Amino acid sequence: MSGHSTYVPKSAVGKWFESRLPIMGLIHSSFVVFPNPRNLNYFWTFGGILAFMLVAQIITGVVLAMHYTAHADMAFNSVELIMRDVNYGWMLRYLHANGASMFFIAVYVHIFRGLYYGSYKAPREILWILGVIIFLLMMATAFMGYVLPWGQMSFWGATVITNLFSAIPGVGEVIVSYLWGGYSVSNPTLNRFFSLHYLLPFMIAGVVALHIWALHVPGSNNPTGIEKKTDKDVLPFHPYFTVKDAFALSCFLMVYVWFAFYIPNFLGHADNYIEANAAVTPSHIVPEWYFLPFYAILRAIPDKLLGVLAMFGSIAIMVVVPWLDSSKIRSGNYRPVFQIFFWLFAINAVILGWLGSKPPEGWYVIASRISTVYYFAYYILVLPLLGLFETPKSMPASIADSVLGKGGSGSAMASGAASSPSTKG
Amino acid sequence: MTVDARAQLCLVSFNEAWGSAWQPAPPARFRIAEAKSSFWGLAEGALGARMTRVATTHASASAEPTRRDFLFIATGAAGAVGLAATIWPFVSQMAPDAATIAAGAPVDFDLSHVAEGQIVKLFWRGKLIFVRHRTADEIKSAQNTDVASLRDPEADAARVKPGKDQWLVVYGNCTHLGCVPLGNEGAFHGWQCPCHGSVFDTSGRIRQGPAPINLPVPPYAFTSDKAIRIG
Amino acid sequence: MKSIKTLIALVALSGLASGVALAQSHEREIPPRVTWSFSGPFGAYDETQLQRGFKVFHEVCSNCHSMSKVAFRTLAEKGGPGFTPEQVTALAATYKVKDGPNDAGDMFDRPARPADFWPSPFPNKQAAAAANGGAAPPDFSVIAKARTYERGFPWFVFDIFTQYQEQGVDYIAALLPGYEEAPAGEVVPAGKYYNKYFPGNIIAMPPPLQDGAVTYLKDADGKPQAPETVQQYAKDVSAFLMWAAEPHMEQRKEIAFRALVFLLVFAGLLYFAKRKIWANVEGHA
Repeated sequence: MSGHSTYVPKSAVGKWFESRLPIMGLIHSSFVVFPNPRNLNYFWTFGGILAFMLVAQIITGVVLAMHYTAHADMAFNSVELIMRDVNYGWMLRYLHANGASMFFIAVYVHIFRGLYYGSYKAPREILWILGVIIFLLMMATAFMGYVLPWGQMSFWGATVITNLFSAIPGVGEVIVSYLWGGYSVSNPTLNRFFSLHYLLPFMIAGVVALHIWALHVPGSNNPTGIEKKTDKDVLPFHPYFTVKDAFALSCFLMVYVWFAFYIPNFLGHADNYIEANAAVTPSHIVPEWYFLPFYAILRAIPDKLLGVLAMFGSIAIMVVVPWLDSSKIRSGNYRPVFQIFFWLFAINAVILGWLGSKPPEGWYVIASRISTVYYFAYYILVLPLLGLFETPKSMPASIADSVLGKGGSGSAMASGAASSPSTKG
Repeated sequence: MTVDARAQLCLVSFNEAWGSAWQPAPPARFRIAEAKSSFWGLAEGALGARMTRVATTHASASAEPTRRDFLFIATGAAGAVGLAATIWPFVSQMAPDAATIAAGAPVDFDLSHVAEGQIVKLFWRGKLIFVRHRTADEIKSAQNTDVASLRDPEADAARVKPGKDQWLVVYGNCTHLGCVPLGNEGAFHGWQCPCHGSVFDTSGRIRQGPAPINLPVPPYAFTSDKAIRIG
Repeated sequence: MKSIKTLIALVALSGLASGVALAQSHEREIPPRVTWSFSGPFGAYDETQLQRGFKVFHEVCSNCHSMSKVAFRTLAEKGGPGFTPEQVTALAATYKVKDGPNDAGDMFDRPARPADFWPSPFPNKQAAAAANGGAAPPDFSVIAKARTYERGFPWFVFDIFTQYQEQGVDYIAALLPGYEEAPAGEVVPAGKYYNKYFPGNIIAMPPPLQDGAVTYLKDADGKPQAPETVQQYAKDVSAFLMWAAEPHMEQRKEIAFRALVFLLVFAGLLYFAKRKIWANVEGHA
């Protein structure tokens, strides 16, 4: 079954090493000669950007941990020590804090790209589910990281989110006190959150390895959604996609630098510069922006348990998306009706995020409910039903044909691929 | 359009390879060189106009190798510069922070409570310092040592302040591997280190054992007859 | 397809906008924008303003407010008020800090050194609250970043590009002179004050500044460097508090510019390298 690696070490030492641990061959076959669809657009560069962000967060995080003190009495102060006295400490902290936001920006682009181009469809279901697991781990990591500065938002965010578990009938209260290690969010809570915040990124890295492994079985999806058929459809990963990913990454880094160095507190909350105070709740508790859509779903539902279930359900439902979507066509490029629902879904997600930042009163509650209904309807109604009724546009016969603008069966079908700006490399 | 049989074979082989296992088992026929020749081949096989274009690109690339190389070298060099600039803060943060450096402010110490023969420990910049009120005998034995015979030759006079022979101020960590030597111990009644047996005399000079140099004297000065300022 | 997407986007935007209109019926007044020397991509602190602001803090605010994360030494650091190390040492020496225990096991007071952090006017939070009618005056170390007001949509989107991030200082500069008579119908409890910029309007802090309360250094012509008015005091002390909260801002913005220029060049090189590499591939530019 298995072929042999085409990688041939040049030096005698290299040959000696490779025959014992063929890691260079692995890297060579995965990231040098790996055949990628030639028509990938720039939305496909976000996988590489995410890998970069994970590494950047781990490095800045490990360094920050060298200066940070995980104790309720000292955490706030140690963060200020980092900001004021550690050489470039302010830079490390702002890079880390804004890095979390950049990580989520990239992951949301990555997820929506997958949803639009049907990257979750067979044979990539496991790849997709691993992605959902990474997303969940990212959320847990980010949440616990936000607690560490021990400001008011840290403290009250931790209180509100851990209290979600009190909704579980019967054992909820016990679970919450186990999460806290006490009867309120307190020093033991901070300590365990620090421990887990340090651990989880390495678990993410592990799942990312699985994610890439699962990716390399069928290879990348592409804007046409047509599987690669001949070597006319593909290009080797290096240098074609390494240079393209590097270019995209350097553009992305400009955004990162803009936020981390020019407006480092834009994405944060002023209240988190007030030290945690168990006696005073800030007038307006809001999670970090990347949790806002889910927070809006939580608050849209007036029942505590149902609200919590809806919030977790909004993420859990992504696991079954591969089986909810009934369409035989993979890429949204050839599904005109799907595109409408998809963009509505994307706009709806943004609106949910905005509603999540608003107090749960009056107009906002009604809007949150409508948005929540559409969020779930997209998965439960639109995806299963649309595939049954929709007439897709005609498709090119192969990836190469789509790039070269050639019609498949002689029809005027190329319009689908050609009109979409995203298919252009 | 017909699919090239060779290409299909190639595809089958890499699909198998990747489907099989997490192994460096890439396509047997899919080599970089082949890959390149195959998309040039593809171009040739496609349209005549395209072929011409590829041929031109090819020709211009080989006609101006320096320009092409320069672009890649410049890109690589810029990347290396950026990486180096990025690494610097991560190295720099390891250094003592501003609070630690500032906390090394001079320490005032009142000698009037130190009895003759007593060794007092204190800290400056987090480092241990011995202040020893030497007896007349200890001073004499320190002064009457043959400096030339020492491992780290240094006269006692160079290790105390003029006219203050009774006050010896030295760092309190053994110069071998940093343990704290025990006072009034060892063959010379100065210090002996419990870790590896280095022996220091009443001037804090290394006399026996593995330590390479004398206990260093920290920067200090007398602010009055009975008070010193370290740092 | 394009037009449908545009239509959807427009509908969504108008929905958001009407939500904003509803949300903006707030009683709390929006602080006016102040022109700060430190705003924008090339912003830098105005040393003389920071020194004036420090004087206001030192003579007025610090009687009740702590600034416990700020060390004396930082007043002489680059990118700050630009005091000399000698001035800082002399200033620190006017304060007493608790040290010890000494050899006898007693805590003792000693004059502060530049390495010490700003001593708090009260021994603990409870004492601070007890001395101030039950409301402990907040610490000033990061207060310029700990205060803000809501910008609302779409302004917060524009702020990304204009780099407007001085909500905190604008708020403080508006709050300090923002005391006035409570409007009819508003009941102000005894010992509290009405301030139109304070959230909820009822503030425990009495008006802290009066015209002429702090004497500024005189220029060569004998006139003060800046008007000795409440408005000016408020601006100067706000600027000082911004520095206290963000002492490395100048270095940060310098590095930002350098990093962006570098990335621009690097991305440009990568773009042309990419085009060069892909030039041989048919159907791609």
